[in-house]
Amino acid sequence: MTNLQTGASAEIATLSEHGSPHGAPHSQGAGEDHGHDHFHGEHHHAHDERHHHHHAHGHDHGHAHSYNHGHHDHAHEDSHRRVDLEARILAKNDAIAAKCRAWLAGREIVALNLVSSPGAGKTTLLERAIADLAGELPLFVIEGDQATSNDGERIRAAGAPVIQVNTGTGCHLDAEMIARALFELKPSVGSLVLIENVGNLVCPALFDLGEHAKAVIFSTAEGEDKPLKYPHMFSAAKLVIFNKIDLLPHLDFSMERARENVRCVNPNLEILEVSARTGAGMQALYDWIHAQLAVAKQSALV
Amino acid sequence: MHELSIVCSIVELASEAAEGRIVRRVTIEIGKLSGVEPEAVAFCFPEVARGTPLEDATLDIREVEAEARCDVCGAEFPTPDMLSACPCGSRQFQRLRGDELNIKSIEVEEAA
Repeated sequence: MTNLQTGASAEIATLSEHGSPHGAPHSQGAGEDHGHDHFHGEHHHAHDERHHHHHAHGHDHGHAHSYNHGHHDHAHEDSHRRVDLEARILAKNDAIAAKCRAWLAGREIVALNLVSSPGAGKTTLLERAIADLAGELPLFVIEGDQATSNDGERIRAAGAPVIQVNTGTGCHLDAEMIARALFELKPSVGSLVLIENVGNLVCPALFDLGEHAKAVIFSTAEGEDKPLKYPHMFSAAKLVIFNKIDLLPHLDFSMERARENVRCVNPNLEILEVSARTGAGMQALYDWIHAQLAVAKQSALV
Repeated sequence: MHELSIVCSIVELASEAAEGRIVRRVTIEIGKLSGVEPEAVAFCFPEVARGTPLEDATLDIREVEAEARCDVCGAEFPTPDMLSACPCGSRQFQRLRGDELNIKSIEVEEAA
């Protein structure tokens, strides 16, 4: 596998969530040399389907009575001891995210977590940014998808160092995947890291990756009420990028109503209007990015 | 769906805290505006718990009502959904509660 940063070749095993290296089957033909690094980050285990209820009963308890699932008679409750935990359920993810955040801050890197529905134009936006910022700002990409390296390949072809993460059945990237990707990618000081999350406006809202900000990409083909339908994601973001403005003449889309809906959910969101395809409006995005990088540089040590 | 990830984290945290003992009850707190669906958590729990110290545990879910304090008028008001605004009309406020996603406690069987 080639390290795209240095051009050096190295033996890197593809890791699955279970930690054991394996020769991962890929969507491309066998024997193909991969121009980008690739790993799988599945984060749950598959189980057989069973009927579902609040109480998990794996076997007979030996109680003399029958009981329904709404009430559980503890004949031996006195021998139970309560252990207080008072912990955040996502504490482990958040701890890794904090580590990533600190690592990025120390290197004056701005990392953006790009989220959207599938097909809003995240990858095209990245291709456009890579082309426009070439030679001006080092750009590194972490690509997240359930399957395939298609987007990773597009980014590699566009000319940026990239790591492809496949989540398997997972619906979002998590901090551990980002930590591993950053370790492989080794983005340089003062660079921009763009994380393209799995296309999903629901789940990524809950999972801190250690990013500087979440940016929602929302295409004009999706309907003005999207922010109202996905309030958690729009609330969690700092930036909304309306994409595909080149399609506006062909759509019944009111930009004013869409902006109003965004303000309803999160009045503090910055809103940009772009076309990744034509390049319209992209300079405002680059200005915003440069402003974030300036802040990152200033606050790195003091 | 993300509730599966969350249930995996619950089982992991509770198993660690159990220190080899059987877990009989896990009590968690889910804020009404946390973005987590309690029904989905309950749905996933038995499958993820199977084969772990939580296999026979009751999952006790406590939901927390959401409230906020207005930046403009200072009032504390309920926020039943993500689009709720202060009665004074302001959408600038601090969320006081309702975002919780916590594991409160477990009950374990004492060693015989």
